[in-house]
Amino acid sequence: MTTDNLLRNLEELQAKALDDLKASSSQEAVEQWRVAYMGRRGELTQVLRGLAPLAPEERRIVGAAANKVKALLEEGLAGAEDAIKSAALQAMAEQGRIDVTLPGRPVPLGRLHPTTQILREICAAFVSMGFQVVEGPEVEWDHYNFEMLNIPKDHPARDMWDTLWVDHVDEQGERPMLLRTHTSPMQIHTMENTEPPIRVLVPGKCYRYEATDATHESQFYQVEGLAVDEGITFADLKGTLYEFARLLFGADRKVRFRVDYFPFVEPGAEMAIDCFACKGEGVGCRVCKGTGWIEIMGAGMVNPKVLEGVGYDSSKYTGFAFGMGAERIAMLKYGIEDIRLFHNNDLRFLGQF
Amino acid sequence: MKVPLSWLREYVDIDLPPAELAHRLTMAGNEVGEIDVIGGTWDNVYVGQVVSVGPHPNADRLRLATVSLGNEEITVVCGAPNVAQGQRVAFAQVGASLIDSRTGETETLQAATIRGVVSAGMVCSERELGLGDDHSGIVVLPEDAPVGKPLAEYMGDVIFDIEVTPNRPDCLSVLGIAREVAAIIGKTVREPDLSYAEEGDPIESMVSVEIEDPALCPRYTASVIQGVKMGPSPRWMQDRLVKAGQRPISNVVDVTNYVMLEYGQPLHAFDYTTLKDGKIIVRPARDQEVFVTLDEVQRQLKPPMLVIADAERPVALAGVMGGLNTEMTENTTTVLLESANFDAINTRRTSQALRLRSESSSRFDKGLQPELAAIALRRATQLILQLAGGKACNGVVDAYPQPKERPAILFTLSRLTKVLGIEIPLERVDGILTSLGFSTSRQDGAALTVTTPYWRSDIAQEDDLVEEVARIIGYDNLPTAALSTPIPPYQPQPDRDLREHVKDMMVACGMQEVISYSLTSLTALEKTQATGDPIRPLKLTNPMSEEQEYLRTNLRSSILSTLAVNQRNVREGIKLFEMGRAYIPRPADLVLERPADLPLELETLVGVMAGPRWSESWLSSEETLDFFDAKGILEGFLGQLQIEFSFEPADDPLFLPGRCAAIVAGNSTLGVLGEVHPQTLEWFEIDTAPVALFELDMAALLQALPSGTSQYHQVPRYPGSYRDLALVLNLAVPAARVQGIIEKNPLVVRATLFDVYEGSGIATGMRSLAYRVLFQMPDRTLVGEEVGQALNEIVTELEQEVGASLRS
Repeated sequence: MTTDNLLRNLEELQAKALDDLKASSSQEAVEQWRVAYMGRRGELTQVLRGLAPLAPEERRIVGAAANKVKALLEEGLAGAEDAIKSAALQAMAEQGRIDVTLPGRPVPLGRLHPTTQILREICAAFVSMGFQVVEGPEVEWDHYNFEMLNIPKDHPARDMWDTLWVDHVDEQGERPMLLRTHTSPMQIHTMENTEPPIRVLVPGKCYRYEATDATHESQFYQVEGLAVDEGITFADLKGTLYEFARLLFGADRKVRFRVDYFPFVEPGAEMAIDCFACKGEGVGCRVCKGTGWIEIMGAGMVNPKVLEGVGYDSSKYTGFAFGMGAERIAMLKYGIEDIRLFHNNDLRFLGQF
Repeated sequence: MKVPLSWLREYVDIDLPPAELAHRLTMAGNEVGEIDVIGGTWDNVYVGQVVSVGPHPNADRLRLATVSLGNEEITVVCGAPNVAQGQRVAFAQVGASLIDSRTGETETLQAATIRGVVSAGMVCSERELGLGDDHSGIVVLPEDAPVGKPLAEYMGDVIFDIEVTPNRPDCLSVLGIAREVAAIIGKTVREPDLSYAEEGDPIESMVSVEIEDPALCPRYTASVIQGVKMGPSPRWMQDRLVKAGQRPISNVVDVTNYVMLEYGQPLHAFDYTTLKDGKIIVRPARDQEVFVTLDEVQRQLKPPMLVIADAERPVALAGVMGGLNTEMTENTTTVLLESANFDAINTRRTSQALRLRSESSSRFDKGLQPELAAIALRRATQLILQLAGGKACNGVVDAYPQPKERPAILFTLSRLTKVLGIEIPLERVDGILTSLGFSTSRQDGAALTVTTPYWRSDIAQEDDLVEEVARIIGYDNLPTAALSTPIPPYQPQPDRDLREHVKDMMVACGMQEVISYSLTSLTALEKTQATGDPIRPLKLTNPMSEEQEYLRTNLRSSILSTLAVNQRNVREGIKLFEMGRAYIPRPADLVLERPADLPLELETLVGVMAGPRWSESWLSSEETLDFFDAKGILEGFLGQLQIEFSFEPADDPLFLPGRCAAIVAGNSTLGVLGEVHPQTLEWFEIDTAPVALFELDMAALLQALPSGTSQYHQVPRYPGSYRDLALVLNLAVPAARVQGIIEKNPLVVRATLFDVYEGSGIATGMRSLAYRVLFQMPDRTLVGEEVGQALNEIVTELEQEVGASLRS
């Protein structure tokens, strides 16, 4: 064969191959085409093999042409394969269309009780001010719940804490065991076990002999705070509680302190925040009952008698204490109107937080 | 304590609006609860005089009343039976807001034509004015009521309802509140005049007083008024008593109540002639002594309850209530007036033991000063003379065996600064204390010696005076600072940290947290008792109800109750947990011979689940939560805590036999898991079965935590080989045992059970367990022969240990 013939054959091969390729519209047809032209016994391969007997000069010319054809066919093959792949993808997309508005596969999620949530929030606020969280027993001695807190037996202030007593009589015929009516006994435990400086926060369950209604519960959580050291003043008490109110109820919160009485503090105070519902306007507000203020906790400087009782030198150390009802804080924050919901454990309630 | 503003004004000039006054009182410690404004809505209501009453031309039951307002006369139709000429009445003109006697709604009065006669106004009843419930007739005002004056100016008032704290019995009196007001607004108090003429017989000839135990009755003062004329008290006094919440009775009795409200000192009036031998003996009651109090209840007394007795018998329960036997009657002519001081604690115990609280006992039990008794006696004697006539005996009885001195308290400016964080000039402090009735003398430029006024019983130490200064200045006017003292060293709280962490993990496992009551019933505890010796739970002396009588010894009953309540409302699967305490009495609690200790308070985690495994969905299958869901959660979170644990078959009557496992770590049992027994479910009225429940002892869990921190292990660098191992073995062989044997092989990293099969192809009493076993070494790639050999070793061991054979 002459060089010319060979070149002509190549041209024809190229034309035929490209025509065939054009006609191959499936993956299989393309594969057949590849085998037919470019496979080990394919037509183009045959041509290339046929170059071996040629003179070097001819081989160079025909070889270059054959390689050109080969590149052209490979390019065509890649293009055809791409076209088929994208056609297949397109077909798949057409068939596999899903209704993306159908609901997802449910993943059941649990939630923390709102009391746990508010306790964590309260604790976090005070922890940020250097307080440490400690806990104490719920079944207590009269000694810690009352006497060491400057509330001796038959003190009229005992009426402020209606008490659930444990049916246990001691040698003196007294009933010294009770369910703590507040977290304040931990003030005494803490001071008995530690020297100043003290800065603790005590969350915990408390109990009262109290008929339940929308605002009263016989079981509730209180959070107690105590700070004792040299140089702590009423100004520190105000500043600490002010910061707490801002952290929990918003940075623009105002606070108000009025005189109140708790035997274990002197001076004693009640802290209120300006009503966040009516912005302190008052009139007609259900949250603050029209006063513009919401009382949230009792507080005061630790009574020197309490300090002396645990063996502290009250002329050296001063301190402040405060206590608040956790559910009450949660009720204010979440707009809950009935405290009984906290222990009913109705999932339709708990699921809201 | 109800305090009418009009009464308060008798002792102090008040130029603040009532709301502002209430606010100032509240801020200074006497919280004003409600403010009741009488006559606040009485616009267009005046004092009128009925000039004439005539018949209605068209109605027998109605009459025409012509009322004069001074400068005009108006004729109205009136249906009241008691309207009469000459009366002073409350007359409402058109436009007045009155309460409709039928509906109770406030209505604006309009002119109306009644049976053909135009009526432009109304003569009002008590109910229409909002003064009370009476609508049987019109209100008839006193004869000296000024005609034409707006009714609100004539008889309107503001009543403050003040919540007095237990340390301030002096504020259970109008004068006490007046003193507070004066100090707050910078005015002085006008004290009542106490003088009266002593024109009767010498008191010694009438009465003798003996106090058996001065500790229980530090002071007893008495006066005698001869020749009184009993009758009603005057209108002004009745008005004040009613507004303060007391019922008028008679002039002498009203005086005792009036002075109690005025000064805070309870008094008692005896009919002198009923007292045997004119003797007053203050003594403890005899054991089982019987006494009938004024409320006609027979009381059984016992020492040291204190009684006032005459020569023969008790005549009053000291400080609590008088006796029926010496009650004042309309025929009483001679009055013995008692004003005494009784011990606070004994009074409180007596009234608690007898369940008899009175205005008197609730003042004495807060601790009154003996000096008050003598002052109130003079005031009451004076008022009785004024209202009931008669002659006061010459002198008073005053038994005061051990006069109490009012201690002087040293007050220093340095203490004030130490407590309040502010410097206040001594003049200011002195001024404040003086305004509150304290007497002071300057020690030096920075200290005062302070003596408490006789009416205050709550001031005992320097810091009490600091509070007095602070509260008059106003807490809001004191400085605010950030804590600047050193923060104490951190004390780890691993138990609390673990608890909060576990709560978070429970939530992540899809569990909802609940918090339930610590108090429960004995039956509920019995129904959920774990194996072992029965625990006698702590019982309350004064439970609120049978359902809340015992402290729970486990959290099982409360969470099952919670499940029961919710299954009615929730269609989906319910997964609950509670982290709380169980209260376990110490053995010694049961022995009364020696003081017992407080109970153990065991922090416990309890979880329960029942119902559909998947939320109702187009994607989910209808499977039910069971034992293995609960177990999966436990395995997940115990694994996350890196605790080495196992589950071992166990018995616990709460659960179905054979469906209960103990959760074990090392030598200790962390808790229990099982499927709740149908009988228990029935008792709790739970109709969703099965119910899986687990319980973990948090203290044991804390102990089981790995002591050190996690140590890094190199991530495997050489590939592992998987082999499947299908075994047939006896049903009685626990799967955990098989797994243990496989994983014991040194080349095995882990075996995963992927199939459990019983049924056709497997002999009865046998089952097939299929494991996918991963063989891997950290330092090299295993070759096929090694893996095959290890597998053979495992199979041999399984054959020998548990009789397993390869499934063909």
